[in-house]
Amino acid sequence: MMLLASLLTEPIGVSHYMVVGAVLFTCGVICMATKRNALGVLMGIELVLNGANVNLVALGSPYLRGSEGSLGLDGQLMAMFVIVLAAAEAAVALAIALNFYNSLGSIDIDRADDLKG
Amino acid sequence: MIWSSFLFLLCSLLAGGFAIAVVLSNNIVRMAFYLVLSLSATAGLFFLAGADFVGAMQLMIYVGGTLVLLVFGVMLTAQTPFLAMRTSSGELLTALVVGGVLLFVLAFTVTNVPAWQPTNTPAVERNTPVVTAAPIGMALEGYRVDQLDQPDAELRQGMSGYLFPFLIVSVHLLVVLVGAAYLARARQAANDDVTNFPSEVRG
Repeated sequence: MMLLASLLTEPIGVSHYMVVGAVLFTCGVICMATKRNALGVLMGIELVLNGANVNLVALGSPYLRGSEGSLGLDGQLMAMFVIVLAAAEAAVALAIALNFYNSLGSIDIDRADDLKG
Repeated sequence: MIWSSFLFLLCSLLAGGFAIAVVLSNNIVRMAFYLVLSLSATAGLFFLAGADFVGAMQLMIYVGGTLVLLVFGVMLTAQTPFLAMRTSSGELLTALVVGGVLLFVLAFTVTNVPAWQPTNTPAVERNTPVVTAAPIGMALEGYRVDQLDQPDAELRQGMSGYLFPFLIVSVHLLVVLVGAAYLARARQAANDDVTNFPSEVRG
């Protein structure tokens, strides 16, 4: 609450960004836990990765932190690698979901409990 | 009120609000649309933090690539019974309680670290634009042009760029895309006469 009240008078800090990252992360975790559609679970994973990206960029930002102890460009480069890995993960998970849909005729992950060929 | 605070508030409310909308919506098509909006607002947050190249990549790769892939997945599997699959209200309630506790712990932690509090001494002047595309490109090629003034010579030794992770991630992308194409290929049915006995069909 103190943080929200000080938002309008003080400059933005890393902790403001991290609260946004925490909201995105929590939404992603809830989405992964509750959605029955496999693509909904995928969207939850995207939200979690974005929450992590917000934190990385905030920790490396030259506007939000002093130059000492800052991640600097490293944070942005890590965020880029996370984006690339998210793209790769989405491609493979989508292929698996399509295969699952083709063989079972359903996209409900509650039915994905057998490994029979 | 300073403009950067206002824009931060706008972008963060959009990102968080549409993320909550993704969780609460049951329709998979609407979820995909809300996700597009949430990730676009996150790109706005990146721009505000001075990460212009990462923000542009977020828009191009994430919103333009990954989410288009997801939307195609939604369209390919959007049969009417799967369009809106409801979770039971008990599960949703449990998840909301657990998620609320998790959010409280995370927010409480990040607002109590002294080093992450708002400071009045940013590393650059507020009206100097930060240009990061060229230093990021050089870092991926193996040269850290942003660390040239690092006073410690031993630390400068270790800052030799990101050529190796870049190599690994490019090979990884190639392998993953080939694997995805292999997994998602059109399967030929075993009783398909055209593929098994083409001469009979033609004759």
